[in-house]
Formats: sequence, C-alpha cells, structure tokens
Amino acid sequence: MSTIQKNKLSLTGNQAAAEAMRQIDPDVVAAYPITPQTEIVMAFSQFHADGKVNTEMIRVESEHSAMSACIGSASAGARTMTATSSQGLALMHEMVFIAASLRLPIVMPVVNRALSGPINIHCDHSDTMAERDSGWIQIFAENPQEVYDHMFLAMKLAEHPDVQLPVMVNQDGFITSHGVEIVDVLEDKAVKDFVGEYKPKTPLLDLKHPVTMGALDLYDYYFEHKRQQAEAVKRAFGLFDKVAGDVSKLTGRKYPMVETYQFDDADYVIVTMSSAAGTTKFVIDSLRAQGTKVGLLKIRLFRPFPYKIISGLLKGKKGVAVLDRSASFGAFSPVYTEIMNSCYYLDARPNIYPVVFGLGGRDLTPKLIESVYTGLIGNKFKTDQIEYLGVRE
Amino acid sequence: MAAKLKGWKEIPEAGTIVEPGNARNYKTGGWRSDRPVWNKETCIHCFFCWIWCPDMAVQVDQANKKMTGINLEYCKGCGVCAEVCPKKCFTMKNEKELTNE
Repeated sequence: MSTIQKNKLSLTGNQAAAEAMRQIDPDVVAAYPITPQTEIVMAFSQFHADGKVNTEMIRVESEHSAMSACIGSASAGARTMTATSSQGLALMHEMVFIAASLRLPIVMPVVNRALSGPINIHCDHSDTMAERDSGWIQIFAENPQEVYDHMFLAMKLAEHPDVQLPVMVNQDGFITSHGVEIVDVLEDKAVKDFVGEYKPKTPLLDLKHPVTMGALDLYDYYFEHKRQQAEAVKRAFGLFDKVAGDVSKLTGRKYPMVETYQFDDADYVIVTMSSAAGTTKFVIDSLRAQGTKVGLLKIRLFRPFPYKIISGLLKGKKGVAVLDRSASFGAFSPVYTEIMNSCYYLDARPNIYPVVFGLGGRDLTPKLIESVYTGLIGNKFKTDQIEYLGVRE
Repeated sequence: MAAKLKGWKEIPEAGTIVEPGNARNYKTGGWRSDRPVWNKETCIHCFFCWIWCPDMAVQVDQANKKMTGINLEYCKGCGVCAEVCPKKCFTMKNEKELTNE
C-alpha cells in the first residue's frame, strides 16, 4: 500500500526508542542514564557523537534536572525529549506535573521498572502508575515494534496545536527494553516528514512577543487553568485515533486505544497492558486449540482512559480478570479500578477480578496465565479479593 | 479592585502571561493589615524607603528628587520602609484602627 521504504532491523526496545529519536532529531535531549533505560541514552549519545543528529544534548546530574532542563527547553520552543525509568521518574515527579501543567509537548520513553524498596531493577509499572494523575498522556507498548511506532505517534499527538501535552511512551523494563526483535524501521525522511516542523504557540525565545510562563496562579485562576488542562487531555483523546491512523498509513500497522485478541466470541477475558499481552496471546492460542473460548483486551492508551470503548467490549462477558503490574496498597490496582469504573453503568456487568502479577520482574509464565483462565472458568476468584499471581505462600 | 474574572475558555493556556507588564493590574493593597503613615515634615528624601520597598509602592517625583508618598493600591504593609527610614518618618498603623478613626 505504501511507497515508504522500510528496513528490517534487529533491535531491543531501547534501541527502537533511540532509533525513533534519531529519526525525529529533536532540538534538545536532556537525559540521565538509569537502568533499564540506559541503552536509550547511550545509543542516542552515540548518534549525537557521530553527528547523526542536530540535537543539543544536555548531560544533567539527575533526573530532576533532566526534566527541569526539558521544561526550560520546551518553554523556549524547542522540540524536546528525554527518557527515564523507575527512581529516575520518581525523582522527576514534581517536574513531571509542571511539564503537563505548562502544556509542554515533551516526549519521554519510560522503561518501566519497579520502584524501591527493596531496590530492584526489573519490570513492573509502579513507576509510571505513580504519575498517572500528572496530566501526561500514557501509551503502553507490547514489544519493540510498538515502542518504535509509538514514538512518532506520541510526538505528533503531543505537539498537535489542540493538545500541547507531554507523552510517556511506556515499555516493559528488560522484557521489552532488552529483548531483541525484528523491527520494521521507516526511512528517515518518512519520519521527518511525518513529524514535520514544530511550531510552538508562545515560545519564550520569541522576543517580539514576550511572555511569562509559570507565574503564580492563585485561587482566582488556578482552577480555570486546571479546567483547560482537562479539556486538552480530552482533545488528545479525541485526536488519538486520527493521529494513530496517520501512523498506520506509514507503517501498515494499527494502533487502536484498546486492542483485542480472540475477543468477540470469548466468554472469559484477560485485561492487561504491555508485554504481558504478548504472552497472553500465546496462551490463548493453545487454549483455543482445546476449544476454550478465551480472549484478551490490551490497553494501549491508559491516560486518557478509553472508558466507553472498554465498557462496550466487556459487556456480556462471563468473567474478566484484570492483570495489574502494580499495586496500590490498601486499595485495588490502577487498571482494575479503571475497568470497574468503565463497567459500573452496564446493565449486564461481568464479574471482574483483580489480579496483581509480576512485581519486581517476577516472570509471568504461560502456565500462570493459563491458571487465570482456568480460575475464571472454574469460578475460583472473588471479586473483592486481590489475587496475587505467582507469589509464594 | 474586583474586576470581572474570566472563564476558562477566555484566558491564555497554562497561565502563560502573553501581555507584558500586566502585574500592574494586580492591586495588592488589599493584602495590607498595617499601613505606613508618612511624616512629610521629618523626611529628608534619602530614598532608602524607595530602594528597599519590595513592591515599588514608594512614589517619587523624579524631576525634583522628592519622595511624594506611598501608593496604597500596591503597598502590602510589610513595614520595610518604617524599618529602614533613618529619620523614623513612618508609623505603621493598623488598617482597622485607621478605618475606625
């Protein structure tokens, strides 16, 4: 369908993110290396050292500084990117909120890793979930190909004049970030033409139109600015399919907010995100071969959350297990909570079960996923009780 | 003082100030609980109060190099002028008491 030349490369998720960054060639990258994101900064630094990008690379002393530098740069009107993981994202926390509130379209790959403590370097989603109310758009990738494609989808969506919001492109630490897969890579020009030239609305460096950003905003206007922010995220939701469709035209791949697999006739469904979806598809294939009607609902877009699409899909299902890779202690996990919110007004609500898995990189084996489907079919779970999948008693 | 506040659709995004110098429209005098009352007779026009005032509320006649008073639309009543004045020309008076007077 497309005349765009594609190359097949073997890339890790990190390399796929760095390759997309090279092709986007942002004006500024301010970043600090942290496991398991390090390879992104390493690969991009190499591109920078080899003169393959025109980017100004700012080597900062911490992630707090990385996001601060990004905020400065994006406020100046520069196309800006960074990348982080876990403690790095946590250290950025206050600046993460400011980036969104100042409506700065920064794109940041986040390589999901468990938060300390105890210290752990492996995958879970506690880092990104701690930022879910920050006002960033959060997209989750299943594999390196999705990481690559999501990067310029994110750039385009972030910089859309009706959006002007930062985007996190999430991938699973080590599982995706260090797993080599074949990635279809577009030619440089196709990516450059797609993202085009960034036209900031009120850049600080436009000396003919001086502006002040981040001024004190008290009880008389702060609330109005938050209301605007809510509207911007809503507009991002409305534009996601359009931008994703434009990416599809280049790549031939589809990026719905919510992806389904063997879903329509499925009685029992797993809802999850990221790499867990890939393993679940594998299990579904083997269970389907035995005649079991099981399916998957994979969430790509977590913020803003596609409530209506999901309630429409889950309506009438017999059993739904929501697999969260993060915990909210003393409460249900983030994805489960949103799925429950989605389904409250359904006439025929399915039974929805909270399952927590994979904390600190605990492997999600096909056997464990199979046990979830068996549990759903055998009615073994309780709706008000979190199932900790794969934890030792 | 109470200008009509605008709705969220009418204002620039993110609290960005797109019109320079509009801090002037923000009259901060309403924050004041104590007012500096200036004694013109003892003033030597040294401009200590002018240089120290954090809100540029001390008004001066530049041509004649004279201190002319305090702009109460902006004075927050911090009392720095009273502290730094070498001739003790300012008396900090409670706004409530002044109103009663």
